[in-house]
Amino acid sequence: MAVNKKKRMGIKERYSLLTRGLGWDTTYQPEEKVYPYDKYEGIIIHDWDEWEDPFRLTMDAYWKFQAEKERKLYAVIDSFAQNNGHLGITDARYINAIKIFLTGVSPLEYAAARGFTHVGRHFGGVGARVACQMQAIDELRHVQTQLHSMSHYNKYFDGLHNRGHMHDRVWYLSVPKSFFDDAMTAGPFEFLTAISFSFEYVLTNLLFVPFMSGAAFNGDMATVTFGFSAQSDEARHMTLGLGVIKFMLEQDERNVPIVQHWIDKWFWRGYRFLSLVAMMMDYMLPKRIMSWKEAWEIYFEDAGTSLFEDLGRYGIKLPKFHDIPAKEKDRLSHEVWSIFYNYTHAAAFHTWVPNEDEMQWLDSKYPDTFNKYYRPRYDHWQAEKDAGNRFYNQTLPMLCQTCQIPMGFTEPDDPTTICFRSSEHNGETYHFCSDGCKNIFDHEPEKYVQAWLPVHQIYQGNCGGASVEDVLEWYKLNKSVDNMDYDGSPDQKLWEQWQADRAKAAS
Amino acid sequence: MSLEIKTSVLQPRRNTYANVAERLGADKPATRYEEGTFDIQPTDNFHFRPTWDSSRELYDKNLTKIKMEDWYSYRDPRQYYYGTYTIARSRMMEAQEKNFSFVEKRNLLDSISDEWKEKVGYFFLPLRHYEWGANMNNSDFSDRSYGASVSQVGIFAAMDRLGIAQIISRVGLLLDGNSGTSLTKAKDYWLEDEAWQPIRKMVEDSFVLDDWFELHIAQNFCMDAIVYGLTYDAFDAAIAAHNGAALSMLNEFMVDWYAEEKKWADNLLKVCAAESDENKALISDWVKKWRAQAEEAFTPLAQKTLGEEAAAAAFEAINADLDKRAKKAGLEL
Repeated sequence: MAVNKKKRMGIKERYSLLTRGLGWDTTYQPEEKVYPYDKYEGIIIHDWDEWEDPFRLTMDAYWKFQAEKERKLYAVIDSFAQNNGHLGITDARYINAIKIFLTGVSPLEYAAARGFTHVGRHFGGVGARVACQMQAIDELRHVQTQLHSMSHYNKYFDGLHNRGHMHDRVWYLSVPKSFFDDAMTAGPFEFLTAISFSFEYVLTNLLFVPFMSGAAFNGDMATVTFGFSAQSDEARHMTLGLGVIKFMLEQDERNVPIVQHWIDKWFWRGYRFLSLVAMMMDYMLPKRIMSWKEAWEIYFEDAGTSLFEDLGRYGIKLPKFHDIPAKEKDRLSHEVWSIFYNYTHAAAFHTWVPNEDEMQWLDSKYPDTFNKYYRPRYDHWQAEKDAGNRFYNQTLPMLCQTCQIPMGFTEPDDPTTICFRSSEHNGETYHFCSDGCKNIFDHEPEKYVQAWLPVHQIYQGNCGGASVEDVLEWYKLNKSVDNMDYDGSPDQKLWEQWQADRAKAAS
Repeated sequence: MSLEIKTSVLQPRRNTYANVAERLGADKPATRYEEGTFDIQPTDNFHFRPTWDSSRELYDKNLTKIKMEDWYSYRDPRQYYYGTYTIARSRMMEAQEKNFSFVEKRNLLDSISDEWKEKVGYFFLPLRHYEWGANMNNSDFSDRSYGASVSQVGIFAAMDRLGIAQIISRVGLLLDGNSGTSLTKAKDYWLEDEAWQPIRKMVEDSFVLDDWFELHIAQNFCMDAIVYGLTYDAFDAAIAAHNGAALSMLNEFMVDWYAEEKKWADNLLKVCAAESDENKALISDWVKKWRAQAEEAFTPLAQKTLGEEAAAAAFEAINADLDKRAKKAGLEL
């Protein structure tokens, strides 16, 4: 064998030899045992070779690009810490958005790492496995870089100190946790539909982008640098999301109704989860980017509609209940902020009544609803607070069995009536916040009856005791420090102290 | 003489996350490995059981017979988190690229004797499939293992094995002038050649192991000791005597990688064996079982490639090294 003269090779062919070519059909062990999980959902794959690689990165290139990004990112994180970067944010109230991110979203990055590792081992096709493995390790990157970027904030602000413990226990964190547990306990194709397509492709502009833009607008250089650094990873993940949907739809038309149901389900699951983001955008950013309503219109109503027009040729329709968020967009953030205002004594972040400037902004963004429904409520709460009766709701709320959010949403066609739905299953009644959540339950009741609902668990005595005090202790929440109104919090006092010291130094 | 720049110092209210401080025994500044690794895997109050296997929890300590009070007592001795891992690999790859250009520019593989060029095609190139098997096994290990400190070494190893399979494939492309024929032939050997079959069977059998810790021992301790000993010691030395030193240059990544890999792989055995006599007995038994199987599976191929005498000497060296590593890990073989 002589060493041959070198032929030019296309990227696609080379990538194929360096990845696809590595796999083989096992003969000593049956395929069903080697890949036991990729058939039971009913998705029919005729030929994994038809999988289009969403991106063609060999490991040499992956290590090189990613290492360059990591070097730059950690240089910024170091300099941020060295220069007391936390003093540059617009206002300490902003950090409450970071608290929600670190306790609610960063743990999902780890869950994604493990979820993609699982499917990265278990898909029958080599191309799909490699793409999922790369995403797995990217997600590990995201959780770690987030922990490292926000480590500095943890040194100076409250509520960031025990993310993992809280994520497994605290009532509102069961919303993101159950969302991801739901996806990870589904089969591999549903997992990709849930996370790669519905979440990363359809809804990422409504999750990742608002947090990162919020950081940029509010002087949070640590988070915004992380966000920029993760952008090219996210672009890869989105390509995988669209790729897997098209692959399933092209393989067999019997896959279409299965995929359609998953899109319906995960659109609604994702949307309910995003109500936390809606509140963050409209209430928690001292310097606002845009309203939730505007974001929904741009990123779902415009961009999403054209995506589904494109998928129409496969027989895929817009997600069921897609029109409900349009009806809710004028009130979603206000309803959620009100829930947290009620229960901020049991939360690891602070809430507050918006000030007059902020109320004017809210009115300008929500002219049909804000002054009519919500301003009177805030005025009342403010008056109560001024009279020394800051309102904290001492009754635990009923939670939706599916999304686990307290049942505070209103009827799609009536913003003054709370929306209740219920279903019977094996002689028990289960409660829901919406038709979307009820529909999801009715399709898989045996799954959703398992849900670890924080309020039920507290009443059953599984959360440290019967009083709020006991439960907060079990959460490892520092009382009167991490929780309660922002006004009078240690975060606020320190922030004002730092501002005063700086003003003194400047004069 | 040192220069001191005055900066304004703000007294931090805490030095690290509470869970990290608890593990360190005090609130003191922690490393990035510690902050990025400790307790990042959920442990309690899972909402649903997997629909793909309802006998287990989403994260489940019972997927191995090894019992640990706290899986975070295992810490990667290399202290790799994503950033340090990718930066370390990109440095190794940079050196490897220089070696590829050096060899390619001078057509150095051409000077290998024809007989040994055939052997590269027959013995070395099919290892890309072995490495791919190791990618699957380390993904599986990362998937089913418990605790982030254990799981993350698995996914790093999985990506490493894909990278190594690609380096081996590139050697093939260098030999066949980018036609891919050497790789097709290598796949035929892997799938059909008699001496390769016990190896492929062993790899496929490892794909269906129930216990992820046993899988770690089979893949990362036993099979790898034999493959890396035979390939990057014995075969490397033998081909050097037939003008094959250029291949040694291209093997450099794997040689460095395996020296590093052994650190975390062995340390995992050590930490778990030290936990209890039951763990130690289980680990020792698995090592005995898999090294015997691996040696048997690789013997025909080693003999055919290296000759009986050289193969015997290679296995002797491999076994001596394995004994030493097992002893250091506190095992009783």
